[in-house]
Amino acid sequence: MDALLAIRARGITKCFGDVVALDGIDLDVPQGQIHGLVGPNGAGKTTLLGLLLGLAVADSGRLEVLGTPVGPALAVPDGVAGFVDGPGLYPSLTARQNLAALVALRGRDLPATWIDDVLGQVGLTDVADDRASGFSLGMRQRLGLAAALLTKPRLLVLDEPSNGLDPAGKKHVHNVLTRLAADGTSVVLSSHRMDDLEALCSEVTIVATGRVVFSGPLSKLAAENRELDYRLLTSDPQAARRLAVDTAGVHVVDAWAPHDAEVLVVRALVPALDELVVRLVHAGIALRELAPVVSPLEAAFLALTEPQEANR
Amino acid sequence: MTTTSVDDRATGTRRVPVLRGYRFELVKLVSQWRIRLLVLACWIAPALFVAAVSQQSTLPVDTLFGRWMHATGWAGPLVVLGFAGTWGLPLLTSVVAGDVFASEERLGTWRHLLVAVRSPRRIFAAKALASLTVILLLVAGLAGSSAAGGVVAVGNQPLVGLDGHLLTPADAAGKVLLAWVCVLAPTLALAAIGLLGSVALGRSPMGLLLPALVALAMQLAQMLPLPVAVRLALPGYAFIAWNGLFTSPAQLGPLLIGIVVSLVWAVIATALAYLLFLRRDFTNLAYDGSGRRAVTAGVLPLVGLVAVTVAVVAAATPATGSGIEQDKVQRSVATAFAHLYRMQTKQLNRPDVTEAQLKVTATCNKGGGNVAAHGPGNDWRCVISWHLPDVEAAGTAIYQLDVTADGRFVADGDGPKEVNGYFLVRTPTGDAPNPLWQFDGNVALLPTTKG
Repeated sequence: MDALLAIRARGITKCFGDVVALDGIDLDVPQGQIHGLVGPNGAGKTTLLGLLLGLAVADSGRLEVLGTPVGPALAVPDGVAGFVDGPGLYPSLTARQNLAALVALRGRDLPATWIDDVLGQVGLTDVADDRASGFSLGMRQRLGLAAALLTKPRLLVLDEPSNGLDPAGKKHVHNVLTRLAADGTSVVLSSHRMDDLEALCSEVTIVATGRVVFSGPLSKLAAENRELDYRLLTSDPQAARRLAVDTAGVHVVDAWAPHDAEVLVVRALVPALDELVVRLVHAGIALRELAPVVSPLEAAFLALTEPQEANR
Repeated sequence: MTTTSVDDRATGTRRVPVLRGYRFELVKLVSQWRIRLLVLACWIAPALFVAAVSQQSTLPVDTLFGRWMHATGWAGPLVVLGFAGTWGLPLLTSVVAGDVFASEERLGTWRHLLVAVRSPRRIFAAKALASLTVILLLVAGLAGSSAAGGVVAVGNQPLVGLDGHLLTPADAAGKVLLAWVCVLAPTLALAAIGLLGSVALGRSPMGLLLPALVALAMQLAQMLPLPVAVRLALPGYAFIAWNGLFTSPAQLGPLLIGIVVSLVWAVIATALAYLLFLRRDFTNLAYDGSGRRAVTAGVLPLVGLVAVTVAVVAAATPATGSGIEQDKVQRSVATAFAHLYRMQTKQLNRPDVTEAQLKVTATCNKGGGNVAAHGPGNDWRCVISWHLPDVEAAGTAIYQLDVTADGRFVADGDGPKEVNGYFLVRTPTGDAPNPLWQFDGNVALLPTTKG
């Protein structure tokens, strides 16, 4: 066992009747890393997160969490917290009561102000004494995260934590997760929000039909990926278009933004795109905006999972 | 019950002790408005009901002890007990025990709870204990509130038993308390069925309604002319059998059998719910009740339990047929008449006479003698004879009896009107109908018990 790994999974398989939910999954998550788990609906993400939380046992394979081999169900070591399939909250209790009940349940010797602290971290101080029944989805997500933080986890497992979050809520959640990771807590989160994953995660695992189709740093994903579409906004669109056509490895995509003559969309690998940018600058054309039309992660996700889906 | 944290040394997993889980479940239960309202209703409404009804000129005479609500405050809690056994307790157990697992299903909090507690066994124990606590709180409220309402509104007076004998206020209080304690057994059985329904049927409304439906089925069964062994083997019989506490001597046989059967049901149904709960896969998001497994693991064992219980009761008791026989009806009516005659004598300021001096006998037939004199029916007719000291001729009076399948009867005086007609008599609590005009009684269904 590598002492720096919070999660080490090898050949994890889990079936529900005839349905193979996980098929030989390998996963390594180092301590202090925010690790994204991506996959289409039904890929097995929630099942895998459930195994990490101890809600079920793998049919075969070996799973170590926080350095401890996981045996029977619910036998994951202390220090693991999180939620799958949405946070579990009791609507008849206030936000503070929900957390206080959990503290009393776990019998933790925590500072008296700890509940207020975690409510503050997720931005729910103002509604601490409101019943959870009146909370929006985003507030429920944040309260679920607060509940997970109560136990000062060393591994945080979150299923779609960004669902329903407004920009302020998203900022709170991102800050909390980033700070936790900086303090050495490992975070595994699943999401369909690629921008969130790109902003938060240093590594991602892409799962399709119960198998890992990619696992590693986002940079590696981009490097391994095929050509991407990029959107360029320049001071001279016509000249920029001519330069793009003349640049090797760059293809102008006319299908994008057909109603906006100011926008140029090109398809290229990163080296070819770099060459185009250099030529634009040499030609005295100001580059005002350059961004991928589809994020590298999303493009990789589509590229890696669509064939799997088609083969199902 | 574990009271300290427990570490799984092999994995470093700290499971939550049952006591903490129990507190957590109690917090969740009492935070629900419907539970709070139920507690309030159970602790306030019975007192108001008993006090209000006791002030009315018309009493709920169809309910056991209802006709004595003007006479003593101890009749009120027994009337409430009659209502509670029919509707109140099944509905209370439905709302509390029938929803204690299903509510987690509805709220989607199972995984959260499992991650926090780390032990389905302890979750089950905590939920079962918490729902039991709330049910006990509700039952205590019904009993205490109705007794307080009765005693405050009417007074701490003697209570007329089901065989007409007078219970002192202290004796009546003890018997009332004991009767409420006895119905805890069938209440526990219904609560266990509620747990089973809640586990097996998930968020389906059927899970919530199961205790009420089972109680309704049991009541319907008790209204049918079933063999006495079947009647006693049903878990709902203890809701009726407490009647036997109010005769002298008490009819304890059926009561004890009813309590034992109820407790066996409580244990078996809880064990089935426990097994179903432990076998559940909490990662399966599509789960919505155990479906077919609920039938095989939940219903079939209970059907088997009924069969076994019927066989055991039939083998262990000499009970045959309906249990309502001519000699037992005659004995019950004669005993009640003797006690009530003595009471009437006192109320009319006549010289006291004892039951032994009266030598009351009853001759009863059914259907005018054209049908066999056994079994329930409203066609029973009894001729009562008695003797007064220094009077050579025997007195006679006629009663029409409506005997129900559970052994309860209402005797309606059919003359002579000087004896069992309707007239008012003076009592310490005011004018009251002649006690011999109409009275309730109870036929012991088991032949070994004297009525």
